[in-house]
Amino acid sequence: MNIDPADPQKADRDKFILSKGHAAPVQYAAMAERGFFPKEELLSLRKLGSRLQGHPSMKMLPGIEMSTGSLGQGVAVAVGMAIANKLDGKDGRVYTLLGDGEIQEGLVWEAAMAAAHYKLDNLCAIVDWNGLQIDGKNEDVMNVKPIDEKFKAFGWNVIEIDGHNMPEIVEAFDRARACKGRPTLILAKTHKGYGVSFMEDNAGWHGKAPGDDQAKQAVEELGGEW
Amino acid sequence: MAEKMATRQAYGKFLKELAVTNKNAVVMDADLSGSTMTKEFKAVAPERFFNAGIAEQNLYAMAAGLAHSGKVVFASTFAMFAAGRAFEIIRNSIAYTKANVKVCATHAGLTVGEDGASHQAIEDLALMRSIPGMVVVNPADGASAMALLKAVAEMNGPAYVRLGRAAVEPIYEDDVQVEIGKGIVAKEGKDATIIATGIMVGEAMKAADMLAKEGLDVRVIDMHTIKPLDEEIIIKAAEETGAIVTAEEHTVIGGLGSAVAEVVAQNCPVKMKIVGVQDTFGESGKPGELLAKYGLTAEDLCAAVKALK
Repeated sequence: MNIDPADPQKADRDKFILSKGHAAPVQYAAMAERGFFPKEELLSLRKLGSRLQGHPSMKMLPGIEMSTGSLGQGVAVAVGMAIANKLDGKDGRVYTLLGDGEIQEGLVWEAAMAAAHYKLDNLCAIVDWNGLQIDGKNEDVMNVKPIDEKFKAFGWNVIEIDGHNMPEIVEAFDRARACKGRPTLILAKTHKGYGVSFMEDNAGWHGKAPGDDQAKQAVEELGGEW
Repeated sequence: MAEKMATRQAYGKFLKELAVTNKNAVVMDADLSGSTMTKEFKAVAPERFFNAGIAEQNLYAMAAGLAHSGKVVFASTFAMFAAGRAFEIIRNSIAYTKANVKVCATHAGLTVGEDGASHQAIEDLALMRSIPGMVVVNPADGASAMALLKAVAEMNGPAYVRLGRAAVEPIYEDDVQVEIGKGIVAKEGKDATIIATGIMVGEAMKAADMLAKEGLDVRVIDMHTIKPLDEEIIIKAAEETGAIVTAEEHTVIGGLGSAVAEVVAQNCPVKMKIVGVQDTFGESGKPGELLAKYGLTAEDLCAAVKALK
């Protein structure tokens, strides 16, 4: 992405909006890695006075393009930003990441319709398709399938990938950039808690913090150092 | 004196000028551009007009995206679908992020008329003023609507502008000066004060004339800005006139009356009457018939003033 931690508001930048705002810790980790703020600040997550709010806040943390958390809104705001870039002749692309449960929100489909209507080929949405949401499996709570055919019917270019395979991810973004005249959806098949034995494919870990022992085990299973 | 016009008509006039004077302005609608008058902007600057279709949540979320890309966005639909249906989008994506979006909501209140209760937003002021930092304005006539819209366009940040469908008698000259957050003493008086907003300012002026014939000298304040509320003018009126009647085309719960009562009760307790729609839904009818049936006429205001004296 064309972004600069030293100049988070630069005019021609690409934008990323975390429509599934509850995944904020992952975005914060990526931002710290990219140099938006010191890694030590990650430990202030969700604490009183922290810039790292429970859900992303653009007014508190430079580099956050949009405050999200209320599902369905991020993708619709991304549509507005993509329209603005077209209007101003800016090359910046707009990326947004949605949850699979999130697409149960009606607003997602209002936004999907508008993105195709306005031919927003500068917009790329990614659905994190792990099949789970707070109350359990998507198909038990409210079936969302077929996701690919729904977006195709709404006029989107749809690319399905293994969301844990980095070459596939990179290739999908290249294909999205090359697609003209319509927005792209990258449908990324994933496993919640991938790579951590006791978390993988378990809805119970949707929004829960691990204890110290569990955190240690998780980091070690992922190949990190505790 | 200016001509009789609906405040939405003034909005159309304002947008027609804005299309030329501000190239950074974007106007959006949700399939009601002929009614909200955003068509006036579209006619001049179609490349900066965006229709969301019948999708008000998306209208205001997209508006936030455009605003955070440097645009000043005027996004319109009926008050019911703006303040009502899209409330949480306006709260989270516009107000919380201080997006430069002007929610210009037309067809507010009972005077939508024949469309009936489903389209009569009588809760919008309460909803909008409860949002932190939201500017809420409700002009009384065409001239003040123009002036307030210009002021709203110049400020940076979110605002809710309440506009009506029905034509109203002019109160002000075309060149009226209006400042956001500063009420206007439309008529001086010392015996009681009617604080009115929107189309009820006209009824309040009529009531003051009627009461003058009975020997009561009533002050009329046009509270065109519900938030930030002009506390000073309220306290002064309470201290100098000793009795306050509020008037709004809105439920008596949470709107102008509540806002004024919050100030009066905490600063200068005097007797008050809150004139508005009681805890009920409206119905189909002509605007004038509805105002009469739901207790929103000059006669109702006279009765309220007399009940305090």
